[in-house]
Amino acid sequence: MTKEPLIKLEGVSKHYVKNKMSIDIFDELDLVIRENEFVAVMGPSGSGKTTLLNLIGGIDRPTSGAITFGGERIDTFSESQLSKWRAANIGFIFQFYNLMPMLTAAQNVELPLLLTKLSKSKRAEHVKTALSIVELEDRAKFYPREMSGGQQQRVAIARAFISDPKVLLCDEPTGDLDRKTAEEILKILQLMVRDFGKTVIIVTHDPEAAKFASRKLYLDKGKFFERRAA
Amino acid sequence: MTYFRLLRKNLTRKKLRLFLTIFSIFTAFLIFGVLKTFDHALNAGVELAGADRLITTSKVSLIQPLPFAHYTKIKATEGVKNVTHASWFGGYYQEPKNFLASFAVDAESYLDIYPEIFIPEDQRTNFLANQRGVLVGEALVQQYNWKIGDTLPLISSIWTNQDGSRTWEFQVEGIFYDKEEQFDTRSLMFHYDYFNEGRAGARDSIGWLIIKTESPELNEAVSKAIDDQFANSPNETKTDTEAAFGKAFLEQFGNIGLIITSVVGAAFFTILLVAGNTMVLAVRERTNEIAVMKTLGFSNGRIFTLIVLEALLLVLLGGLPALGVSWFMVEALKSAVGGGLPPMALTPEILLQAIAYMLLLGFVTGGLPAFNAVRINVAAALGRKAI
Ligand SMILES: Nc1ncnc2c1ncn2[C@@H]1O[C@H](COP(=O)(O)OP(=O)(O)OP(=O)(O)O)[C@@H](O)[C@H]1O
Ligand SMILES: [Mg+2]
Repeated sequence: MTKEPLIKLEGVSKHYVKNKMSIDIFDELDLVIRENEFVAVMGPSGSGKTTLLNLIGGIDRPTSGAITFGGERIDTFSESQLSKWRAANIGFIFQFYNLMPMLTAAQNVELPLLLTKLSKSKRAEHVKTALSIVELEDRAKFYPREMSGGQQQRVAIARAFISDPKVLLCDEPTGDLDRKTAEEILKILQLMVRDFGKTVIIVTHDPEAAKFASRKLYLDKGKFFERRAA
Repeated sequence: MTYFRLLRKNLTRKKLRLFLTIFSIFTAFLIFGVLKTFDHALNAGVELAGADRLITTSKVSLIQPLPFAHYTKIKATEGVKNVTHASWFGGYYQEPKNFLASFAVDAESYLDIYPEIFIPEDQRTNFLANQRGVLVGEALVQQYNWKIGDTLPLISSIWTNQDGSRTWEFQVEGIFYDKEEQFDTRSLMFHYDYFNEGRAGARDSIGWLIIKTESPELNEAVSKAIDDQFANSPNETKTDTEAAFGKAFLEQFGNIGLIITSVVGAAFFTILLVAGNTMVLAVRERTNEIAVMKTLGFSNGRIFTLIVLEALLLVLLGGLPALGVSWFMVEALKSAVGGGLPPMALTPEILLQAIAYMLLLGFVTGGLPAFNAVRINVAAALGRKAI
């Protein structure tokens, strides 16, 4: 059963001009990601993995080419259209968690809900559910500095999915964690795909982490080399 | 959590920095409140003075007396409708710190020329009939609990009476109010004749004259006619409008307005730098967090607003309590200086002005960092890898 294409890159190029020299990150890149896929992007440092996630998440723009999301061109969106679109469709997860240090776990998770029309009590309900999915109910009132890396990353995941986006974009989400903790995080991401119908794209250097994905992409010299999971 | 909570959390990240910034804003608005009140009080007399009244003083100096004969001569000058005169008594009650604005006046003409001095009819009659009578302002009555019928001993810092003492006895015959807040009710006045006959020296001199002309258009011509009349005499005069007189009186203290404006201005400029710098730093430290908020879908407009509101909150936290404290300080000053100064009050006008400045300060110190925040490039900021 193949699902609908959700994200499509068609002839996407990205160049930087630095000291009058043009650096090509990608040239004429094509890619289709379907709904509910779990994609791992691997590749050497500097190959453009982060740039790819940024393009898909609408925080960077291609030099040329088209990026569509659910049939809609997002590369031509204005800044404010992108903000709205991101709030509804994209959740980001970063290597270093990037939680707000002055907010508790629960408040961090609640943050994206400030953009919705949900009432205060509804928001609290959602936060509770999200924290229970990442098994952190008992840390609701903890500040980031009072939590381990793995716990912080779980809070970050809860923050990323609380507003129910279609896609989670994770840039080396386990890069800073030990093997066991990394597996816990990857299992939660798997759960997101399997039970919540999310589409997840992770960038990783770790082949073990990539095994959790259903599809692996190798990015090198501006091209994809693909291998499906067994 | 709410947006307000988010603002508060952002603001209170660094407690010491927050405290110091609030404290400097507080200080600036405290200075503003107190000095503005002062300035306002000093200028109130000038602004409110009846435009159509003229004041004649000695050309030499405000405090140089004029001969009584000037009164009769000016009365006969063409265009003059009404004249009265007053002399400075320089009195205090019990101790020098209870200094009072006290005048010896030609009662009937004085009350005619100053219709804003309001006294109940019966008290007016009693006062005019009693040569030792004194008319005291409402504010003084409140301060010293005087009553009608009281014998009121006042000590003059200038005038000795015929038995060689400086204590003069009066009887409180009336209490005057000021319905239009144009006349200082921290003052008192009594009969010139009693004063003139009682004093040991300088008989038949008066302090200054107040003139009402037939019509304000005549003011200039009448002023000139009066001054010309006494030109080249031993007692030359200087005639001006009441407003100009008030100003000249104030200029004895130096240009207070200018001093106040420069002090307030300097304080403000410093605060602007301090608060602005704090906000710029506070926002720069959060570059990474702001980038994350943008990935969450917070729009540039929303981020801009949040930062400006944060700056406004900061300024109000320092500024509003400062206005409260200014109010207390002004009240305390009021009772400390007593009748030495015109009435002081933290007027609604000053309050509104202060609040307008707070809003301005908030927008300026919030606007710049907010603008910087909007320009943060998310991809670049996140590339910087936090921690
Ligand atoms: N603002 C920029 N200006 C110029 N070059 C840039 C800029 N941002 C990224 N690059 C270049 O783009 C290339 C791809 O960067 P990117 O961060 O996407 O790599 P990556 O695959 O995520 O690497 P890593 O595995 O180390 O995170 C790099 O060579 C980098 O130097
Ligand atoms: Mg990267």
